[in-house]
Amino acid sequence: MIKNSDFKICFSVMTILTILVGLFQSWGIALSMLNLCLISAVMAMGVNIQWGFAGLINFGVMGFLAIGGLATVLISVPPVPEAWSAGGIGILISGLFLLAIVFSVLLINKKIPNHKYKNYFIFVIIILSIPLLKFIAGPSISKIESINAATSGFLGGANLPIIFSWFVGAILCALVAFVVGKVCLGLRSDYLAISTLLVSGIIITIVKHEEWLSRGVKNVIGLKRPVPYEVDLQNSEWFIKLVEFLNSSKLSNVLDFDERTSLLNELVISSSGVFVKLCFSLIFLAVVFIILYFSEKALNSPWGRMMRAIRDNEEAAKAMGKNVVKQHLFIFMLGSAIIGFAGAMLVTYDGLFTPSSYQPLRYTFLIWVMVLLGGTGNNYGAILGGFVVWFIWIQSAPFALLVINIFTNHLDETNYIKEHLVNSVPYFRYLMMGLGLLLVMRYRPKGLLPEKIIKN
Amino acid sequence: MDFLNSIILLTNFIIVPGITYGSQLALGAIGVTLIYGVLRFANFAYGDLMAFGTMIVILVTWFLQSKGITFGLLPTALLALPVGILLTIAVSLFFDKTVFEYYRNKKSDPVTFIVVSLGIMFVLNAVVRIIIGPNDINFMDGHKFIMKAREFKQMTGLNEGLALKSTQVITLITTIITCSILFYFLNKTKTGKSMRAYSNNEDLALLSGIDPKKIVLLTWIIVSILATVAGTLYGLDKSFKPFTYFNNLLPIFAATIVGGIGNPLGAFYGGFLIAFSEIGLTYAYKKFFKYIMPEGLEPSTLIQFISTDYKFAISFAILIVVLIFRPNGIFKGKVI
Repeated sequence: MIKNSDFKICFSVMTILTILVGLFQSWGIALSMLNLCLISAVMAMGVNIQWGFAGLINFGVMGFLAIGGLATVLISVPPVPEAWSAGGIGILISGLFLLAIVFSVLLINKKIPNHKYKNYFIFVIIILSIPLLKFIAGPSISKIESINAATSGFLGGANLPIIFSWFVGAILCALVAFVVGKVCLGLRSDYLAISTLLVSGIIITIVKHEEWLSRGVKNVIGLKRPVPYEVDLQNSEWFIKLVEFLNSSKLSNVLDFDERTSLLNELVISSSGVFVKLCFSLIFLAVVFIILYFSEKALNSPWGRMMRAIRDNEEAAKAMGKNVVKQHLFIFMLGSAIIGFAGAMLVTYDGLFTPSSYQPLRYTFLIWVMVLLGGTGNNYGAILGGFVVWFIWIQSAPFALLVINIFTNHLDETNYIKEHLVNSVPYFRYLMMGLGLLLVMRYRPKGLLPEKIIKN
Repeated sequence: MDFLNSIILLTNFIIVPGITYGSQLALGAIGVTLIYGVLRFANFAYGDLMAFGTMIVILVTWFLQSKGITFGLLPTALLALPVGILLTIAVSLFFDKTVFEYYRNKKSDPVTFIVVSLGIMFVLNAVVRIIIGPNDINFMDGHKFIMKAREFKQMTGLNEGLALKSTQVITLITTIITCSILFYFLNKTKTGKSMRAYSNNEDLALLSGIDPKKIVLLTWIIVSILATVAGTLYGLDKSFKPFTYFNNLLPIFAATIVGGIGNPLGAFYGGFLIAFSEIGLTYAYKKFFKYIMPEGLEPSTLIQFISTDYKFAISFAILIVVLIFRPNGIFKGKVI
């Protein structure tokens, strides 16, 4: 893996970008950029598995990211006992009711022979079950939401370490992807794109408005962390010693004792933030490497060859006896699980879950730009895309500001056009993304690191 | 009397808003369906094209207002509409020349087209936000109400009022005019027929001497007109916000597919179907049943199928149901 030239390109770009930002801006910014780059790389690998390996368009990335984020809430937040005693039973009953509906629909679908009105019958059952479900769950939901509405108002989670939620998020996403895949995967490419986009819209609506589950638009803040907190670090003996040791030359220049302590204090505070981010970076880097390793293994295995065969010529693969439908469903679940994993990582890193922040432009199409720009079908390409695109996304505002200042240098500070342009600096990132995507699609349609076909 | 009251109630809260929203969706959906039928791809930049057209209309409206020109009782935006349409056509043709033409000549697959339309979506999104900003803009002027709820109550002596905003009437009238011209053009004129022929079978149309360049040009012109009109009507009725326009792409897609992608008449009906189910299924019928049920039998709950939070989700759910049961749409698609 290390000998691969793509590997070298990909990770040297990442190192150079991080070091550049670290030198010119600050190490805190550089590390937080690196972390988000790593998370983006995981997302891009998930999409790449679906699109690059199998040619499935999944525009529902946002929905799976939100499910991953929801998993962090369900796993790591302590449960709210009052809410459980008030409405827990009702929620459990309605959950059972929902399961019963699903199973009865499945049973009807399987047992009753094909009849003209069978589909309509199933449809009527589903339609009738929605008000019934609301009728059963309604009272308990309003009870739960009324308990400490300002601070909790939801059922809470399982109070487990947040790392578990990454895996739970992946499993949840795989389950949802199974259902979505069963419904949508038979569709042609562009229909699949539209329908997955709409399904992700439904998922976001549910996460946003079912407050008993996720607190909805009221957000969940102060999630647990897999790494130490800054405050704890600042008070621990070993960390202060470490900072003192690392900055010994700087500190020895200052002779006055009081000044020295205050300088040391400052250094401890600033480096505790960097240290926390560094811990995150190490964990995320490990995740990226593990997923990359397995993804590469899979791509070069007989299974990967089969997936490429299905992608390039579905009919021929079918004729060779490959079960295309099953493989599509499997790879859709696999890719979605990785996306869900990344979604949980993202929420863990942010430390808060804000359902209203999930927007298709940022969480679906940006990830797609990463994959298309980096190189479809190549894992290193996806990682490179994740880095480069996130770097541009973050840095385009300062860059645009610079360009605007150069061009409007002769204008007055209070000039209307200049003020307007400076105020709209954040939106230049969309422009950069769009132009970047259009240029890459035109001149390098296979992406920056194109897929390498190994001929045996 | 109670019966009349209940009818007025439904008209005020379901039928009038449904027709307005349905017309806006229908105009948008016809645009998407025409692009799909003739150029053969799903245009994700359509919502932002609508936003762009509306933005131009707003800018021209502001300019006119600053010069003291208004349209009397009607909103000034209607005066500005032609300019908006012209500039939107220019932008569409610019993107067609610089981007889509290349892929059309290469005969790329639909996915490539979707991806480049995403690129254009990003660009237009940025352009709109840079020029006019991301905020809510209300550019409706002129006479606001044709009939206020209170006036209606006084006039008829009923308990329920019927409010009729002028934007609602303008929307309906504009939609009727636009759609009649469009369907006349597609079904009766020679150019319209050649467009349909091209959509139906490209090779055969080429053999019959139809100029594909002319058809493509014409499609973009029609689509830009529809996008600007639909966007402006939506903005007049509610308000203009770039993000909302992007989001409206989703129900428009739903309407397009429900009506059978590539089928303008289907898209028209699809728009109304989506609008009425969104509004009808989220409306609380408690008051309605209070009027029509005998005394003592009034419902205690809201009688609402699903809460208003799920308004958008309904259209998506309808789409998925349609995709499962009738993947070609309710009206057979793929012919204009």
